[in-house]
Amino acid sequence: MENFLDVGQTLDLLRYVQPMLIAGAVLGLVAGLLGPLVVTRKMAFAVHGTSELAFTGGAAALLVGIGVGYGALAGSVLAALLLGLLSRRDSDRDSVIGAILAFGLGLGVLFLALYKGRAANKFGLLTGQVVSVGSTDLWLLIGSSVAVLAVLAFIYRPLHFASVDAAVATARGVPVRTLSVVFAVLVGVATALSVQLVGALLVLSLMITPAAAAVRVTASPVRATVLAVVFAEVSVLGGMVLSLAPGMPVSAFVTAVSFLIYLVCRLMSGKRERVQ
Amino acid sequence: MTAAQVTDRSTRAAVALRGARLSYGDRVLWDGLDLDVAPGEFVAVLGPNGSGKTSLIRVLLGLQPLSGGTVRVAGGNRRIGYIPQQRALDSSLALRGRDLVGFGLDGHGWGVGWRHRRERRARVDEALASVGATQYADEPVGLLSGGEQQRLRVAQALVGDPEVLLCDEPLLSLDLHHQRVVSDLIDARRRAADTAVLFVTHEINPILPLVDRVLYLVEGRFRIGTPAEVMTSRTLTELYRTNVEVVRVRDQIHVVGAQHVCEDEPHHVADEG
Repeated sequence: MENFLDVGQTLDLLRYVQPMLIAGAVLGLVAGLLGPLVVTRKMAFAVHGTSELAFTGGAAALLVGIGVGYGALAGSVLAALLLGLLSRRDSDRDSVIGAILAFGLGLGVLFLALYKGRAANKFGLLTGQVVSVGSTDLWLLIGSSVAVLAVLAFIYRPLHFASVDAAVATARGVPVRTLSVVFAVLVGVATALSVQLVGALLVLSLMITPAAAAVRVTASPVRATVLAVVFAEVSVLGGMVLSLAPGMPVSAFVTAVSFLIYLVCRLMSGKRERVQ
Repeated sequence: MTAAQVTDRSTRAAVALRGARLSYGDRVLWDGLDLDVAPGEFVAVLGPNGSGKTSLIRVLLGLQPLSGGTVRVAGGNRRIGYIPQQRALDSSLALRGRDLVGFGLDGHGWGVGWRHRRERRARVDEALASVGATQYADEPVGLLSGGEQQRLRVAQALVGDPEVLLCDEPLLSLDLHHQRVVSDLIDARRRAADTAVLFVTHEINPILPLVDRVLYLVEGRFRIGTPAEVMTSRTLTELYRTNVEVVRVRDQIHVVGAQHVCEDEPHHVADEG
């Protein structure tokens, strides 16, 4: 524990982990931009379900010996499509997610049991580890992120409308149902990318916690989005840097930082409400 | 209204229904409905719970296909202003009053919407001011009262410059003063811009001076005409098939009759599924 705040060692390690920091910064941006919409649409559980399916996809990829990143991407996009298509009503979305999540997780466990490679890889899928962000992974990540953000920019306004006010949006000719499937796929891609960094169990700390914190302190959608991006970046970059010296899993620090931000925002909003 | 008058109206009608039928399984909500709403006309839609008032709005919005007949709405959905039945907005929603109104202006457009921001802001401010919502325009919508939210809904529907205004119980949860404010706004809009208004309500009195015609729906039967034609003891007795008395007290109409003549009880979307 004495090397917890070893600045010299941290600076030394920073050079080696530069690609990882870039990956983290890109993910923070994507998660921060998607987050407020995910929170508005009450999709936290859907994000969790999608990330479990990313785990299943990653485990399958490990088993057959292709890139975990591709497996995770395939798994979560499939999950997003299934959720989007099967849960036509809000009322049965929760149970659809629950059913798919449980089955996917079981399948993933089976794949891992059959896998004879390094045990660290298995654990990494669930809790995250970024030892190996190679340059190909990095480009896949950046490419996918650019695609996600481009689509998001195009559909942002009607999607936002549909997310807060589906009845009126439908009345005005917004393709509410199509948008919700497209958005589920965007979230699926972002989730798959995050899985590689923080692991399937902790994706929520990037996608949900910063946005949940942001909407506690402002009602302006623009300000909430900017804050969510800032919070996500602080969590992911701060968490990574803090994890270097002690050599502990990144996810522990990322979740701790984002949760701390969330607590502070809750306390602030609590005060604001009492004043009014 | 005679057949000749109906044809006359239909040439430039904002809303046109022809032989419209809506049924769920064996249950027929209405059949053979011919209705033309002229630009600038104010039509009140009345009737007990489950008579298909909200379903009629859904048909006009294109959310509910007709079981028979045709429907046409001028300008398509982009030119419809819609004030939905009141539903409280989530108190944790990151959305201000001005954002809700802004959706009515260009929420359906693709892209992020950063262009024309100044012009947009001016129009939203104007719409907010017209319903007296300037004061709470920057508050989170979820923390506003039902009446305050409802005034934002009206501003949202009007800011988009609609040709047709579909209102589903827009006066619900408003106090008398704001009932007046909201119905006067809708009235001013249709006079100034020739907007056709379809106004679903369980209570005709607050809007009686504004109403040109009434569509009264009861268990598959209906009657269309001026309030003086439809709101009579004879007509309503025929519609309800039970003895109904219409009493006029000063400028108000009171319907006295069987229990299911629930003029004083708001209805709910769920009832009409």
